[in-house]
Amino acid sequence: MQSQRDYVLRQVEERGVRFVQLWFTDVLGTPKTVSITPAELENALDEGMTFDGSAIDGFSRVQESDVIARPDPTTFQILPFRAGGSTLARVFCDVLNIDGSAFEGDPRHVLRRALEQAYSRGFTFYASPELEFFYFAEDDHAMSGGWRPEPPRPIDRGSYFELTVADLATDLRKKTVLTLEDMGIPVEYAQHEDAPGQHEIDLRYTDALTMADTVMTVRLVVKEIAQERGVLATFMPKPLAGEQGSGMHTHFSLFADGRNAFYDPDDERGLSKVARQFIAGLLEHAPEITAVTNQWVNSYKRLVAGYEAPVNVSWAHNNRSTLVRLPVVKRGKTESTRVEYRAPDPACNPYLCFAVVLAAGLRGIEKGYELPPEAAHNLFLLSEAELAAAGIRPLPRTLDEALKVMERSEIVATTLGEHVFEWFLRNKRSEWDEYNRQVTPYELGRYLPTL
Amino acid sequence: MSATTADGAGEATGAGGEGRSPAVREPLLCFPDPAPAALAKCLAEAGYPYQAVSGADRARDAEPEAGFSGGVVSAAEDPEAALALCRALRGAESPLTPLLLVVEAGQLGTLEGHDELFDDFVLVGSLGDELEARLSHLLARTGRGKHRDVITYGPLALNLETYQAVVAGRPLDLTFMEYELLRFLAAHPGKVFTREVLLSRVWGYEYFGGARTVDVHVRRLRAKLGEEHANLIETVRSVGYRFGRVRWAP
Repeated sequence: MQSQRDYVLRQVEERGVRFVQLWFTDVLGTPKTVSITPAELENALDEGMTFDGSAIDGFSRVQESDVIARPDPTTFQILPFRAGGSTLARVFCDVLNIDGSAFEGDPRHVLRRALEQAYSRGFTFYASPELEFFYFAEDDHAMSGGWRPEPPRPIDRGSYFELTVADLATDLRKKTVLTLEDMGIPVEYAQHEDAPGQHEIDLRYTDALTMADTVMTVRLVVKEIAQERGVLATFMPKPLAGEQGSGMHTHFSLFADGRNAFYDPDDERGLSKVARQFIAGLLEHAPEITAVTNQWVNSYKRLVAGYEAPVNVSWAHNNRSTLVRLPVVKRGKTESTRVEYRAPDPACNPYLCFAVVLAAGLRGIEKGYELPPEAAHNLFLLSEAELAAAGIRPLPRTLDEALKVMERSEIVATTLGEHVFEWFLRNKRSEWDEYNRQVTPYELGRYLPTL
Repeated sequence: MSATTADGAGEATGAGGEGRSPAVREPLLCFPDPAPAALAKCLAEAGYPYQAVSGADRARDAEPEAGFSGGVVSAAEDPEAALALCRALRGAESPLTPLLLVVEAGQLGTLEGHDELFDDFVLVGSLGDELEARLSHLLARTGRGKHRDVITYGPLALNLETYQAVVAGRPLDLTFMEYELLRFLAAHPGKVFTREVLLSRVWGYEYFGGARTVDVHVRRLRAKLGEEHANLIETVRSVGYRFGRVRWAP
């Protein structure tokens, strides 16, 4: 729109912005950017910037590899950090084909399409994620990406930083929250988590597209601020064996006509039919979407019993061992009725993650799925046989299992679109194959002396 | 009831407008009805649309969705009714401001002790240029005057020409919609808006995010305003939002 465009151009001029970063995301959720000067911005806003998509994971195609990044002016934001004293701004982009149609490999487009589906039924979709991450002492190993003989060292235990322990991590977290607030990202809570060096930032809900953009921003800000102090921040799902992994429990809700569609004042527990069907859909399709919500080999090291990560397809009111949890809604706060999905980890692609969660939930509403009974126990204490007897299915236990279920999933294929679906499976298969070819320190330690 | 839109200023547009969106130009409230001829002529010449009302009830019925942009109340004809109207307007849930009182020189004594009921006054004999100057001065503070380039309220200043927002001297880096929302709210201090009204007035079209979008943007604005100034935008329970404090309450 004209006035948004003018607003952006005027901000750049008035605030002396030297570079504008055009942000977009590859299929695996890695942030990508093209920096342009203010002189190029006007043209970029009107026509977008053409670049070679074959260099981007999941964008490559056999023929025609050029694509266009077109800035979404509503997302224009001056960044609170500077590069060499210059003011920077960023703007998220939609990726288009040369003919101006939406590029099917763009995760933002995948989510937009899913949101439009919901919108055509009168629903808007909101998300509020809790991102967990670790601060580690940064050293050469961490940066080289090569062999690391020792596990990473959390900065607040047994590390070089011992003397300044609490201060450094608290400082980093505080600075991160203030920076996010300056960028218009309200933080609900920020706290130290269970494991040493682990922290959590909870974001206040917003519409899912803005939230996916926000998750990209938060991951970048957390890493950037840590790096300024020589600390490595990581969203790796399970960096330390024997400690809690990092999840991205996300609270979801649907609104219709400005009201929370999950709330029903006449229901004993305040839960509407829409909510029940949404949860039923989420549970029914949970194994199929797991490869997307938990996309790395390492993601499945987190999804094991004994920690606060889900391993079964189950739901309950306020039972943290289940996959879907219905948090207690405070009196008079019925508008905050929501569903918490506990599988995703913070290393997912948030656009694709929100898209498949929404699609699964909507399918439940569309087909009128029945909600199975609530899990009555702490599921972590039940044996596999007991779980099977209760009709509780396991979540995929490895990336391989998850991919096998996803391969046959009509709902994931439709939601991601053919291009992303096929590329994702191909890429993840090869990740799994590569992992399988490794001989790990665990094997060496266990087998070398005894076999 | 008589009404005029002297300069034909239409509804303010939100995001959909071409170029710089015009500042909001709701009519001024004018008392009594019909407006005294000299006053009507003066307002028309100065280019202010107005809506004449006969009392507090009529004022409530005739109030535009975004509120009157101010009031010109003539006490020359019926001083008691005029002050009663001012009292009602100031005591309303969204007190009307600014209020300019038109009085006879001989009535000046009756204003004593009623300072909260009006923002300024002008003598009947000085309508014309002086009324225009006083109105323009009062309205400029809310960005509704003829020079509509700057809105200031307490520590906040919005330059509508350069799109810059400053709080306590610190520039705010707002997104376009955050800026539009803040501009709209700051142009109507003290006035309570429902989410639906804000959505239609600021976004101007049915927005993807639905009515909750307003809450989300208010929270983002508050985050950027910082803890100290976050309360510039107040939540009015089960109604909506209000910018700025109520300066006068009964």
